[in-house]
Amino acid sequence: MKKEYVLMKGNEALAEAAIRAGCDAYFGYPITPQSEILEYLSLNANERTGMVVLQAESEIASINMGYGAAGAGKRVMTSSSSPGMSLMQEGISYIACAELPCLLVNIQRGGPGLGTIQPGQADYFQTVKGGGHGDYKLITLAPSTVQELVDFVDLSFDIAFKYRNPVMILADGALGQMMEKVLLPEQKERIKEVPSWATVGKSKDREKNVITSLSLDPHHMEEINLQLQAKYRQIEKNEVRYEMTDCDDADYVIVAYGLVARISQKAAHLAREKGIKVGVFRPISLYPFPYEALNKLADNVKGFLDVEMNAGQMIEDVKLSVLGKKPIEFHGRMGGVIPSPEEILQKLEEKFAGELV
Amino acid sequence: MNERTMTEEQHFEQMIEEESICINDNIVYDKPETLTDTPMHYCPGCGHGVAHRLLAEVIDELDIQDKTIGVAPVGCSVLAYNYLNIDMQEAAHGRASAVATGIKRVLPDKFVFSYQGDGDLAAIGTGETIHTCNRGENILIVFINNGIYGMTGGQMAPTTLPGMKSTTSPNGRDIITMGNPLKITELIAQLPGTYYVTRCAVNTPVNVRKAKMALKKSFEYQKENKGLCFVEIVTNCPSNWKMSPLESNKWLEENMLPFYPLGDIKKPTN
Repeated sequence: MKKEYVLMKGNEALAEAAIRAGCDAYFGYPITPQSEILEYLSLNANERTGMVVLQAESEIASINMGYGAAGAGKRVMTSSSSPGMSLMQEGISYIACAELPCLLVNIQRGGPGLGTIQPGQADYFQTVKGGGHGDYKLITLAPSTVQELVDFVDLSFDIAFKYRNPVMILADGALGQMMEKVLLPEQKERIKEVPSWATVGKSKDREKNVITSLSLDPHHMEEINLQLQAKYRQIEKNEVRYEMTDCDDADYVIVAYGLVARISQKAAHLAREKGIKVGVFRPISLYPFPYEALNKLADNVKGFLDVEMNAGQMIEDVKLSVLGKKPIEFHGRMGGVIPSPEEILQKLEEKFAGELV
Repeated sequence: MNERTMTEEQHFEQMIEEESICINDNIVYDKPETLTDTPMHYCPGCGHGVAHRLLAEVIDELDIQDKTIGVAPVGCSVLAYNYLNIDMQEAAHGRASAVATGIKRVLPDKFVFSYQGDGDLAAIGTGETIHTCNRGENILIVFINNGIYGMTGGQMAPTTLPGMKSTTSPNGRDIITMGNPLKITELIAQLPGTYYVTRCAVNTPVNVRKAKMALKKSFEYQKENKGLCFVEIVTNCPSNWKMSPLESNKWLEENMLPFYPLGDIKKPTN
């Protein structure tokens, strides 16, 4: 299929992008607000490319089916929303340790617990700081448009295979549900090449391949950990992504990711209409976090406002970036409430009231 | 060496060498190619070693070493991949059949099996077991049932017999408070997705042969895309049953086999 512009819902656009990226297998379980991904793929993905699409009996099963298929060297994707992602954490830890490339998608909703089906960003800690057990890292990309939801699919597969590491697309329910104009990529061939480490049957000319996350020898297990850490240092060097909007002359900078960054761009626009010079710093890769760029930016501004749809999670990384150079204020909404541009501007004015007068 | 100074034994040895009776035709016992040289960590008398060997023999005989992918569980056989010379994956506790599903779905022409103990398959992994069987995944599930958690040191398993002692049922399994042993093999035999369901043992030479036949048939059915094959192997755990290997095999015959009777539970129909 050729490149084409369409009007599409985020979840469905992502699913279409997975088919076009040559994804080999998808395992999923229904949960709002991301069920359209499974539905869309169930419709005709198999007929179009031969892609395997299977509805599992739980998120625990789907992440472990993903482990198996990824271990066979295939391009594998699974998706869920917050409570389902919690169930997948054990499997993600195994995937990270066994160094299996795969694509995970979390269309977040507000928590904790069963929470709400409305959008949220409260899985930042879970995604970026661990979630599962042990020292591992998920490369995390945070799209802010339906276009990015689409573009990050192919990019994620490339990064996942480059580092043999799981990649997470961390979006939210609003982005998954909203419709936007989107440019779909051309259909890619599914890759026939078999990675040297994949378990596909041991031919006579090679040693057996084993996919495992276990070593009972502490020194060997430490060695595995050190190798993972060395890989993470490479990722931190190579895979930092961010976007700065109107930051060149800004006095104040809003730091936000995903959909909230777009709302913040509107807030910054409103601020400039009032003569307040505001820019927006949008981390695109949440891990690796753009510490250096944000630290550098701190030299040229008077203060930061961190805005998130949670009680304040990414702000910890913002503080680790700014390192006390400038004040950082926070505004967060929870429970599925999306902040408005006017509200963000008002908070900015309140928080930095003394300076703005 | 002068022939006159040879002992009778030395003479006999030389004769053996000279007459070259150490030829392939005369071999009565050999290590399968699919079994590695790694010394197994299993306790003396444990049935895992026999079950591993049977799998290796069957894979050799069917000549499918290059087409077989195994999935190891969490439990005593967590390191099965060290002993079988095939591509393998090590699954999270209870998830081996989901992992096997993932492999088989993307490699439908390959032979896939999971190898799981009773805690892995019938407690923490019950959901995956039932749904994998119900979907009729075209794989083999090998279920090792010794009625106890071996690797963690002898705790009560879903298959522990009523009255049977374990570290977490020190006075014997009380079915009023601890529930009944789960006959999961009979349970999954009811599901339309399963094609061949059988219960074997490896406590006697005859049973070992029968178990081997069951494994071999299962791989042959898998080649014909017949559906899910499930082979339970009732076995012993001398260490955690706190018995000698011999005593444990006697106890198995007198207690385990009456509760878990051997034989086909679901015979192939077409």
